[in-house]
Amino acid sequence: MGQTGAPMNRSSGAAAPPSRLERRTLRSWRVRRQRFRGWLFVLPALLMYGVFVLQPLFLTIQYSFYSWDGITAATWVGFSNYARVFTDADLLGTIFNSFRLLVFFSLLPVGLGLVTASLMHRVAADRFGSIARSVIFLPQVIPLVAAGIIWRWLLSLPGLVNQVLDWFGLGGIARAWLGDFDTALPAVGMIGVWVLLGFCTVLLQTGMAKINPELYEAARLDGAGWWAELRAVTIPGIRYELGVCLTVTAIAALAAFDIVYVSTGGGPGRATSVPGIKIYIEAFLQRRVGLASALAVVLMCLVLAVILPIQRLSRETSE
Amino acid sequence: MSTGQGRQPRGRRARSLLVMAIAMLVAACAGPGAEPATTAQEASSTTVTTTAATTVGSESSTTVAVVDGPGCGTDEVVLNAYFETGFELPGALAEEFTAQFPNVTWDIKQDQFTNLMNATPRLLSGDNPPDLIRLPSMVDLARDGLLKNMDSYASELGWDEWPPAQLSQNRVAEDGTRGSGTLYAMGLNSSLTGVFYNKELASQIGMTEPPRTLAEFDGYLAAAKAEGLQPIMQWNATASGGGLAFPLQHLMAAYGPTEPINEWIFQKPGATIDTETNLQAAEHLQGWIEAGYFPPDANAIEYTDANARFRAGEGVFIFNGDWENATYDGEMSDNVGFFVFPPLEEGGNLAAMSAPLTLGVAANAPNADCAAFFFNWVATNAEARQINVDLGGSNPGGPADLPIPPAGASVTNETLAAGAEVAQSNGQMDFIANATGAIFAEGWTPRLQEMIGGRLDAAGLLQEVQATYENQLQD
Repeated sequence: MGQTGAPMNRSSGAAAPPSRLERRTLRSWRVRRQRFRGWLFVLPALLMYGVFVLQPLFLTIQYSFYSWDGITAATWVGFSNYARVFTDADLLGTIFNSFRLLVFFSLLPVGLGLVTASLMHRVAADRFGSIARSVIFLPQVIPLVAAGIIWRWLLSLPGLVNQVLDWFGLGGIARAWLGDFDTALPAVGMIGVWVLLGFCTVLLQTGMAKINPELYEAARLDGAGWWAELRAVTIPGIRYELGVCLTVTAIAALAAFDIVYVSTGGGPGRATSVPGIKIYIEAFLQRRVGLASALAVVLMCLVLAVILPIQRLSRETSE
Repeated sequence: MSTGQGRQPRGRRARSLLVMAIAMLVAACAGPGAEPATTAQEASSTTVTTTAATTVGSESSTTVAVVDGPGCGTDEVVLNAYFETGFELPGALAEEFTAQFPNVTWDIKQDQFTNLMNATPRLLSGDNPPDLIRLPSMVDLARDGLLKNMDSYASELGWDEWPPAQLSQNRVAEDGTRGSGTLYAMGLNSSLTGVFYNKELASQIGMTEPPRTLAEFDGYLAAAKAEGLQPIMQWNATASGGGLAFPLQHLMAAYGPTEPINEWIFQKPGATIDTETNLQAAEHLQGWIEAGYFPPDANAIEYTDANARFRAGEGVFIFNGDWENATYDGEMSDNVGFFVFPPLEEGGNLAAMSAPLTLGVAANAPNADCAAFFFNWVATNAEARQINVDLGGSNPGGPADLPIPPAGASVTNETLAAGAEVAQSNGQMDFIANATGAIFAEGWTPRLQEMIGGRLDAAGLLQEVQATYENQLQD
């Protein structure tokens, strides 16, 4: 980077150069005017953010201290809604379920995405690669509700999944995957894998593309195979992308609503009931807005507790 | 160079932003919820003398009714209505109403029942209160003052003289129990539940006439199972709610009287679902489950799937209501029959769930008078009653002396006859899923799913649901 003196005021080709003091005030005035313009540009976004993100957030926290049916006057109840969240077995069960979903929505897509991306990066950089990428990314484009409905058909007893199993002589394990207590949560989880795998693969592959090829060359000269390469070169090189993947998918798992609501609605029994579903039922069916808000706040804290360490890890190691 | 103009101290903008944020917070800091909607201004009464002259077909049943009371006037009226998706009847009645009273037009919104349940409180308390809205359970809404008190209409329009059972389910007493007290809604008709059967499959298992006792019915179920047929087709997926509640409640009414069941639904103090006869009923249901009479994937079958599969010939029996008559007629034509759930012993009392297709009026609806007139018209106008039978498949109700219109070649003939039998033994029940706003979603559905999944027994089912019920009534 060429350092060319100190071009404080390049455009000042005028006859009388401004004094040092004037130059400084002029500059700071410009900077401030620029900053003001900057604020002007972000103002609409800020306003939207304030009205549609911050305000609901504060209102949710406020409601969580009230007993309120959504219509009539509310009564202040202090922390009793929170006490209920932590003592009601049903409510706690939903939190437990969401951690089980974390395995499917987060660990599996990121793990499989890593393998897929590294394979595609290694062997298929040509046209086939871009087709494969598009195919894998496609579920990301389909609305989640539509995805849920499609999978509900596929996973039903007369559905395609069981038909395929039957062709391979596995008709014996055919069942209504979303209606069986043992398989409902894994089945919902697999829908999550299907949806999120493309996102992870594409993001991770983008990260791999910017790793210096010389590193791979050096590794190969040292006789590294695919696995050693992945461990020693690829993963350290895409730590930041991995962090983003884990963060996004962890939020998708813990705050899951649409896929679960459409595919199982939380059933059978409470097998797939997650906080998102419970919040919806408490707020709109039971009309316990306060309790629903308290659960929402707990869910938010839970999401933060899970993703902040991930953020920190990926930031530390990328430095 | 003057650079001082237009400059702001560094912190000022940030501070003004902060002020904005604080203002927003302060505005939000008053406790949520407005005062109860007591400001519902009485809609300007459009009491006029309405001459309703209707000629129906070539029949000479011309009714010229000069009604002194609520009406729709002669000015343009737009009725703001929320109906339930999938039910043709209200829309068809609205269309006919406009044909007879051209000054009345409709702004109809439709939504799924579950969505309506969620939205109703907000719609009723909102800026554009509906003149007519499909209602789920109404106790909360009545208590919050969101529904129009219809008592004056009942006396002015003569509804008080109709068979009282028609209106009792829509009454809420001062103590918040249903079944008596102030009238808060009206039914467009009165539906009836029971057992539909596939006639072809029934004859295959030797069933030539409907069973007269529960034991006989059990015999047919066992025969169907032995024949390799699906004995009962029933939905039980979360999205549609636990359809096993239908056979369960029918069994309850076979084993015991209907009054305690209704009292539980109407939230009478101290009512419990966990009674001895209900336990016998639940154990009977458990027996059916263990015998494999329900589809193995019932927990994944939704309402529409179950009906489609029954119509396609999968399932000898299905527990459902007369609102499906038209669709069963369509695909199965003469192949579908209906019977009231048989009693324990021959000649015993017959019972069925019989709920009105309930519509309410917002407390401050602008056209409440016209809406009330519409209710009256639906029950008394010959054309409306015919539509009710043809499309709704149900008894249109209304004054006891009005004849029920003919149903043509349809399973509706059987459901109408069954309705008369049930009415005779005073066996009408509301649906156990309507006891509270969330008892279906939080009580019956998950517990029945656990029961069919073999994770909960009959006693556990009733205990759990009762606990959920009490928990929900607490606040």
